[in-house]
Amino acid sequence: MSASPAPLFEVRDLRVAFGRHGQFHEAVRGVSLTVAPGEVLGIVGESGSGKSVAMLAALGLNPEGSRVTGSVRFKGQELVGMSRRDLRKLRGSRVAMIFQDPLSSLNPVMTVGAQIAESVLLHNPGLPRRAAMERAAELLALVAIPQPDRRINQYPHEFSGGMRQRVMIAMAVANDPDLLIADEPTTALDVTVQAQIMQVLADLQHRLNLGLILITHDLGVLAGHADRVAVIYAGQVVEQAPVDDLFAQPGHPYTRGLIASIPNMAVEKERLFSIEGTPPALGRLPSGCPFNPRCSQARDICRSAVPPVSGPAQHRAACHFAFEAPATTDSPA
Amino acid sequence: MTRYILRRLFAMPFLVLGIVTLAFLLTSVTKGDPLTAIVSDRQMNNPEVVAAAKARWGLDRSLPERYVIYVGNLLQGDMGTSFITRRPVAQDVLYRLPATMELVTAAMIVGSVMGISLGVLAAAFRNTPIDHAARFFALFGSSIPVFWLGLALLYVFSVQWGVLPGPGRVDPRAALPPMVTGFVTIDALIALDFPLFLDALWHLILPAFVLGWAVAGTISRLVRANMLEVLGREFTLTARAKGAGEFRVIVRHALRNTLVPTLTVIGYSFAYLLTGAVLTETIFSWPGMGSYAVEAARGLDFPAIIGVTIVGGVVFLFTNLITDVAYVIANPRVRLG
Repeated sequence: MSASPAPLFEVRDLRVAFGRHGQFHEAVRGVSLTVAPGEVLGIVGESGSGKSVAMLAALGLNPEGSRVTGSVRFKGQELVGMSRRDLRKLRGSRVAMIFQDPLSSLNPVMTVGAQIAESVLLHNPGLPRRAAMERAAELLALVAIPQPDRRINQYPHEFSGGMRQRVMIAMAVANDPDLLIADEPTTALDVTVQAQIMQVLADLQHRLNLGLILITHDLGVLAGHADRVAVIYAGQVVEQAPVDDLFAQPGHPYTRGLIASIPNMAVEKERLFSIEGTPPALGRLPSGCPFNPRCSQARDICRSAVPPVSGPAQHRAACHFAFEAPATTDSPA
Repeated sequence: MTRYILRRLFAMPFLVLGIVTLAFLLTSVTKGDPLTAIVSDRQMNNPEVVAAAKARWGLDRSLPERYVIYVGNLLQGDMGTSFITRRPVAQDVLYRLPATMELVTAAMIVGSVMGISLGVLAAAFRNTPIDHAARFFALFGSSIPVFWLGLALLYVFSVQWGVLPGPGRVDPRAALPPMVTGFVTIDALIALDFPLFLDALWHLILPAFVLGWAVAGTISRLVRANMLEVLGREFTLTARAKGAGEFRVIVRHALRNTLVPTLTVIGYSFAYLLTGAVLTETIFSWPGMGSYAVEAARGLDFPAIIGVTIVGGVVFLFTNLITDVAYVIANPRVRLG
């Protein structure tokens, strides 16, 4: 799947900068990635790594006062610099998005049915309202919400967290999109519900042959669901690989750190591994490799030179010592 | 919902009794002697006349006695007789209340429409000249006293330019339509007197604008702040991600979410409008409760003062009830048992 010749979604050297006191600081610093039709790409990174900002900017949803450069192609169409009107036509119909917190993502004073119907009507202007509401009920059934005909007349506060996220998913797939961007879809949910929502997403992805971008800070979520994974650190993709390769042979020390910090019930450990320190703040990047202050393997060159991207075509990592065996000091104390 | 309204209605009589008691007591502690309003200066030295007047108006009785008699009469719809007009206060008030309600309603419509649109514009174009202009307009309306603004606008639009009529509810030469609702505009429509309707509407513009402007200022600032808060919430991002345009995001998603607090402020601004109506009516020779209250206060017309206070208080109670009920209807998250 990952070697599909015509990508559905292709991001090249995407940069997003925020202006502060007349100075621009880049939160996304040249992200490149591709998604093939029907492929699931996982994007993983810490909070503030720029993963959500990058995807919002790709769809023209970057906040006011930010600057976007680079190229984003969807089915060959360039989205950066596209007119607002054309972008609007694409959003919600060909490309849909769901967000982290399903409560704040739904309008509290509109019924759930009206919100889903709005999604339908925005892209089918001639459709009668009743037909749109019927479609809304169908969509609720599609995401396995019981009694959809009754539920469409209820408000978001009458739904549980998991049910709300199902509503968001129903809304997103209302117009049978080609690409769905799910931004931390399970982070705000109870653990037991997380698996259910992932199941709903996986089912729909399969059934509708969706291209799916799964943004998360939890590498564990991606293990069973993604085809490929892009690891983002400080606004850059530091490693990109098919999911099995990534877990079997992580090339970047940051990726190794992320894998090590997945809780493992099978192995008894004194305490969980964590990567020391915090990601660099906007506009306060260290010289050389942006990860060097937190990297246990950092040497002189890491502090002076930005690492090139290396490795085979399917598995690239941005590290001077990519794919080198980790030093013994890397293990938790 | 119905239970909530019933519970509120049940509390009404007690609140009204409180208003009656307060209004009655407040007038009794004022310094003015109501006798001066009844008996002419020349006859003040005539003990017989004074005693007769006291007996006639019940001023020879003790305060508790007067209170009980007053409440008893009030229960039968009798608010006493005005010292000045020598007509039953209830009749005077009934005649004047609709004029005030018409003015206040019009002012409320003007104020809400102006306030909401200005607030939305200011939020949508925040930190642009449009926002600054809206802020200036709002601040101006809320800071300028009603009586000054009324006189200034009357002078400019009526005296200087002659584009709007002078004081009064209708043209002085026109006859009022037969009273049905007491709203001249509506009564004119009922009487199918279209020219009179336009004339009444024409006369309503300036006082309604003067009174509404002050409220518009408050409402627009509140709407702006709420809009900015809501526009920062995530569901507006969801709406944009669905493909909704900016106008739709602002009006259908954001504005609807600000309507609940806005409704409350509009409802509670009613008290301000009633107070402001006193001055506005005086300037625009509006035959409403406000001008009646001013005359009553000037003439120490105690029955009229108490009557106006009670009716004003009851009107206020009802608008608060309506506001609270509207709040519940507009906000699906509030469930009341």
